Amino acid sequence: MLYVKNISRIITVALIALLSLIPSNASATIVEGTVNSSKELNDFITHHVKDAHSWHIWGENKTQVNADGTVDVLSSTAIHIGLPILLIDNGLVTANSDDFNELRWIEQDGDTTYYAQGKINETEYVMFHEKIYHLGSGLKLDEKGHPTNSRPLDFSLTQNVMSMLLSVVILLLLFLPAAKKYKKQGIHSAPKGRQNFLEIFVVFVRDEIARPNIGEKKYARYMPYLLTIFFFIWLNNLLGLVPFFPGASNVSGNIAFTAVLAVITYLVTQFSGNKDYWKHILLPPVPKALYIIMIPVEIIGTLTKPFALTIRLFANITAGHIVVLAFMGIIFSAKNIGWAGLSVPMGLFISVLELLVAFLQAFIFTMLSALFIGTAVEEHGHH
Amino acid sequence: MDLIIPSEGLLFWTTIVFVILLVLLRKFAWKPILGAVQTREGNIQKALDSALDAEERMTALTAQNEDLLKQAREERNVILREAKVAGESMVAEAKEAAQKDADRILVSANEQIANERMKAVVELKNQVGKLSLEIAEKILKSELDDKAKQESLVNHLVEDVNLN
Amino acid sequence: MVIPAAIGAGLAVIGAGIGIGKIGGSAMEGIARQPEAAGKIQTAMIIAAALIEGVALFGVVVSMG
Repeated sequence: MLYVKNISRIITVALIALLSLIPSNASATIVEGTVNSSKELNDFITHHVKDAHSWHIWGENKTQVNADGTVDVLSSTAIHIGLPILLIDNGLVTANSDDFNELRWIEQDGDTTYYAQGKINETEYVMFHEKIYHLGSGLKLDEKGHPTNSRPLDFSLTQNVMSMLLSVVILLLLFLPAAKKYKKQGIHSAPKGRQNFLEIFVVFVRDEIARPNIGEKKYARYMPYLLTIFFFIWLNNLLGLVPFFPGASNVSGNIAFTAVLAVITYLVTQFSGNKDYWKHILLPPVPKALYIIMIPVEIIGTLTKPFALTIRLFANITAGHIVVLAFMGIIFSAKNIGWAGLSVPMGLFISVLELLVAFLQAFIFTMLSALFIGTAVEEHGHH
Repeated sequence: MDLIIPSEGLLFWTTIVFVILLVLLRKFAWKPILGAVQTREGNIQKALDSALDAEERMTALTAQNEDLLKQAREERNVILREAKVAGESMVAEAKEAAQKDADRILVSANEQIANERMKAVVELKNQVGKLSLEIAEKILKSELDDKAKQESLVNHLVEDVNLN
Repeated sequence: MVIPAAIGAGLAVIGAGIGIGKIGGSAMEGIARQPEAAGKIQTAMIIAAALIEGVALFGVVVSMG
């Protein structure tokens, strides 16, 4: 009974804590204003799971739309951090996201979309759905609502880049002192505290992921890579679950992030491939006449693996963010606090589930990477 | 949908950041941590092995001790048995020697007795002879005048002598 | 545009649900039969489930796009 009582108390505290976070989550908008309808909620969620050129922390703008396409900010409680913008556009162009300071709106098929416009080095750019275009003679949309304007290459230090750097700093702060301790104290003392906690996961990656999938002989070479992706993905997943600054970025749910990691796994796999592995791809055990079909099939087969890795991590994490926000957003799109009775417990449930998913997806990504590397370095005796 | 089109900026920065992170952690974190974990495991294994080894040696030592004890006990038994045998043989030898001595003494005693008897007989014979001579002398002296007496005396004497 | 996409995503999810459910069920049976192989069965189960999930997510993402 006492146990049940404690659990219910913890849940109550968590509910109150979560309730206090809702304003920061659900009414966080850029220039669009507050979330009042399901369309706006949709836009808000889409905006949240995407990358952004400035880091929004809190609050919203009250704006007024003018007939000439401009938008005036009437009052603002918004707090955000302006981030560096780096464009490759006939050379490197540097700016700050705050340089996109003219708010505008455009209408197509009855939907109003807001965007920002700014002048950098005498060239006018627009930022439409967090993508930067040349303004040229004005923003033109095709029938699907995508701008037809040309784009400079955008290497800005976006919110996701910053969040990723934060995760790197956290990882270094976690592991470097622990590693130093090992160096200093040597192996004569038992691991303590953080060292012990981290060691559990390091040994987990080694004994549950690397050894069984790559093999006793060759696993050691891939340990640094596997450990790095495991902790990098896991930490970014967890940071994404923190509902306030400096968390809440959807880094590991961004397809660029997952694609890079998957491609690196792909490259590691191909470069580790031994004779047997390449023989299986280039000289498959089928009649020679079928080579013309089988070799492309085998090569495409190797490509589907990183593709699946990319999509799996991206979709799982993004879906988690969308579901949590959708539950919270019900309150605001229905404009009724009574919905909190449903959406808060459900949001909490999904959030807790996402804690598990955060670990599980890091584990699966690392595990599948190890498995793919394992098939590439495996020695076949039977060919 | 925009979500599934990766942006070039994030692709670039993720690559850079990840590679730097990998290099840093590999050099400054994973190597020392994995090395230490491995060494510690090695040490634990070694300690376990040596403990097992010590136990084995202990068992061997105990077995050896027992063997030694057994051997000593056997040796003692052998020595005892040998001593017994030696004692017995010594007693037997002594007995035998004594018997022999006794036999020898008996034989020589017998011989001596026989010799003495012979000597006594010889002496007796001599004495008897001498006595006979003396008797004969006396008889001769007294009874020479009577021939018949003489003859009966001689015959009588001779009969007497034939007793031996 | 939205409804066909939703139907497609839903079908993909149903397929994955059935597939992962079967894997989970079989894994449970396997563990019940051979509790000492639980670790290996779990690992194999997670890998198989992840592969099916990957296919389902393809479906969802394609219907979204």
